[in-house]
Amino acid sequence: MSPHPVSPVYRIPQPLPLDSGQVLEDAEIAYETYGTLASDASNAVLVCHALTGDQYLASPHPITGKPGWWDRMVGPGKPIDTDRHFVICANVIGSCLGSSGPASLAPDGAPYAMRFPVITIRDMVRGLVALLDGLGIARLHAVVGGSMGGMQALSLAANWPERAARVLVIASTARHSAQNIAFHEVGRQAIMADPAWAGGDYYAADAKPDNGLAVARMAAHITYLSEAGLTEKFGRRLQDRDAKSFGFDADFQVESYLRYQGSGFTRRFDANSYLYITRAMDYFDIAEEHGGKLADAFAGTQARFCIVSFDTDWLYPTAESRHVVHALNAAGAKVSFVELSAPHGHDSFLLEHDQLDRVVKGFIE
Amino acid sequence: MTLRPDLAVIAAHVVPGSRVLDIGCGDGALMAELETASGCDARGMELDGAMVERCVSRGLSVVQGDANLDLANYPDKAFDYTILSQTLQTATRPDLMLDELLRVGRRAFVSFPNFAHWRTRLALLLGGRMPVTRALPVSWYETQNIHHVTVEDFRDLARLKRAKLERAWFFSNEMQIGAPAANWRAEFAVFELSR
Repeated sequence: MSPHPVSPVYRIPQPLPLDSGQVLEDAEIAYETYGTLASDASNAVLVCHALTGDQYLASPHPITGKPGWWDRMVGPGKPIDTDRHFVICANVIGSCLGSSGPASLAPDGAPYAMRFPVITIRDMVRGLVALLDGLGIARLHAVVGGSMGGMQALSLAANWPERAARVLVIASTARHSAQNIAFHEVGRQAIMADPAWAGGDYYAADAKPDNGLAVARMAAHITYLSEAGLTEKFGRRLQDRDAKSFGFDADFQVESYLRYQGSGFTRRFDANSYLYITRAMDYFDIAEEHGGKLADAFAGTQARFCIVSFDTDWLYPTAESRHVVHALNAAGAKVSFVELSAPHGHDSFLLEHDQLDRVVKGFIE
Repeated sequence: MTLRPDLAVIAAHVVPGSRVLDIGCGDGALMAELETASGCDARGMELDGAMVERCVSRGLSVVQGDANLDLANYPDKAFDYTILSQTLQTATRPDLMLDELLRVGRRAFVSFPNFAHWRTRLALLLGGRMPVTRALPVSWYETQNIHHVTVEDFRDLARLKRAKLERAWFFSNEMQIGAPAANWRAEFAVFELSR
């Protein structure tokens, strides 16, 4: 997958130091912006995307043609109002929609593939901070993110506390749990078990590890939904047939749905990026970065925080959000927290939810 | 918007610019008043998610949580004031709650309905059933008030806990009344405490 030509690309002028000790030269960040930056640059809102998200926050995706992934939240008159705020969304380092990642060309002219350095959430945020420097934004009005985007928002608040006045974290966590890591490992193993993965060197080959990537997506997709949501949507209903086939075709609607999700995903995502980004998430533990105590990560912060969880989210359950809230309380930070009720599990943050809209609007204003 | 009388008296006696934790802050009316009129740094805690959402959407810092459990996460003397308005009688252990109020805050305001008000006494004496009155409008089986308390009970608890009663205000029929015979005459009481 070649770097996409649609979004503007910022080339970070200095080498980007990484948590691994390696350095990324000539790193590029593809980004989209919406609205107008005020002359004093005081109205910037950075929205951070999730694992398989991208910079197409509120504009159509160039490959799928679908509306931006948070189109319902960001736009003129919407909760994150582009009439008032200059909204930035950038593709994270390690991803594949124009920012530097394993599919990018290394200095030797060949794709990095697995030669790309292993990155962390903090490295992604380092890239975002470099972009903000490039855009002349010293301090964000707000940083906002759901899921992995929330991890970036927390990481920014912990490591660059002067860069954001407001921090909004939705359906996220300050650390990856054993269960989170376990699910990601299933996905990575599915990719690496695909013969077409070829140790990551598939960019010039006819076949890509689409089967492995699709299975990884299928497994992950289950974690984004609730059991009740799946039951409501599919139950045990059969797909385009009246009886079981006594074979291994997609008899059930839920199987057909997952296969569709899996194969659709391979059209827009690079398998190696999936490996790198899930690794970054698994390494994520803000407390560990700050001497083992989460409250210490936020000591002295002047930012206002708002933490939102969903009652049916079992990927990053409310307990994880509460853990963050308690640390922020202990640090004396100004924090709000609300657990919203929604039937759709982790994915609820992307879906229609009036209460979420009101919370986001009230907090960002 | 006019504040409930017990909240108004608290708002009037919090030193401007203080750090305040309003426990059971409801829709945030008192917090909003403290922030706008007194320049306070107000935080809230509220169990009801719908109320929290209303608070957050009006720009207040409120955490959804259970005061019986979540106060433990705040450091000692994190606030100049903790406020517990009409919530003490719903606490699992009001005595432990009072300890937490005075640990987390330098001072505490506590307001509660007085179960020894003459109407309540009369209703119980003559009716022989758990009183349903103007101040206690919910039947025994659905009220959240699990620890009914009187003005004298609260004074005893404060003494037991070595908490100093700094000031007290009493209300009947939404009006402030004097301290004499408050245990008979007050429908609601507000105390300011320190330790």
